[in-house]
Amino acid sequence: MVQFSTDRLDSSFAALSDATRRGVLEQLGSGDASITELAEKFHMTLTGMKKHVGVLEQAGLVTTQKVGRVRTCRLGLRGLGEEAAWIEGRRQIWNARFDALDDVVEALIRKEKADGRQSE
Amino acid sequence: MGDRASNGRTAVERRSERELVVTRTFNGAVRLVFDAWTKPELFKLWWAPKSSGVPLLSCEMDVRTGGSYRIAFGHDASKSMAFFGKYLEVSPPSRLVWTNDEGEDGAVTTVTFEDVDGRTRLVLQELYPSKEALDQAFVGMEDAMPEQFEQLDELLVTLGASV
Repeated sequence: MVQFSTDRLDSSFAALSDATRRGVLEQLGSGDASITELAEKFHMTLTGMKKHVGVLEQAGLVTTQKVGRVRTCRLGLRGLGEEAAWIEGRRQIWNARFDALDDVVEALIRKEKADGRQSE
Repeated sequence: MGDRASNGRTAVERRSERELVVTRTFNGAVRLVFDAWTKPELFKLWWAPKSSGVPLLSCEMDVRTGGSYRIAFGHDASKSMAFFGKYLEVSPPSRLVWTNDEGEDGAVTTVTFEDVDGRTRLVLQELYPSKEALDQAFVGMEDAMPEQFEQLDELLVTLGASV
């Protein structure tokens, strides 16, 4: 379960002391985003956004993963309250499945069009 | 990233002590989305999160009321984990209900598919036998989250006539 050490609280508060970083957290609350997308959204350089995300990551508020050349950011589970983290964990599982399901549905539609049938 | 037809909007809500509800709208007709849930060759393209690194070994589905299903994950048959149960209700293309029998406290899963102007509003409900069972469900799976499905995209592009 979520444990708060003094260090952790310090780094969380430090991370949250900046308006852009609070904005980034809010943004990630409505969906994952790449560093590039976040930089555009907050009118910052890529380097500046990388620094902010690094601070959030250090505090456990954000996790990032690199796929190909894109680094995607999402809310870290540890910075949230227990109940919110529980829900967010499940949301990420279903969201991942459903992103893939989106792709399957799109492929089916493309296939129908290619087959010359009317897709509804 | 980003340009998902559904805007990647997956809503998850704990509606009661025993009940979890997941909602999402898909940019395709109900019959297509229903197919993706009921045809094994399509189902296995999206059900197992790609980057969890645990591949889907097999997927058998006898999709009719009273029929059963069995899905196995793992790297090989000797070290696999199976999920299985039976379909309590299959009403194409609007409703699916199945049991999750692999554990003591399995949920009953109900999925409904509703047409909204040519798109599909999907609601998945899991009803657990107890609060504790829901508290424990999915524990440890948080780490198995993929970032993106580029590999799957590529696979789908090359799928062609096999769908």
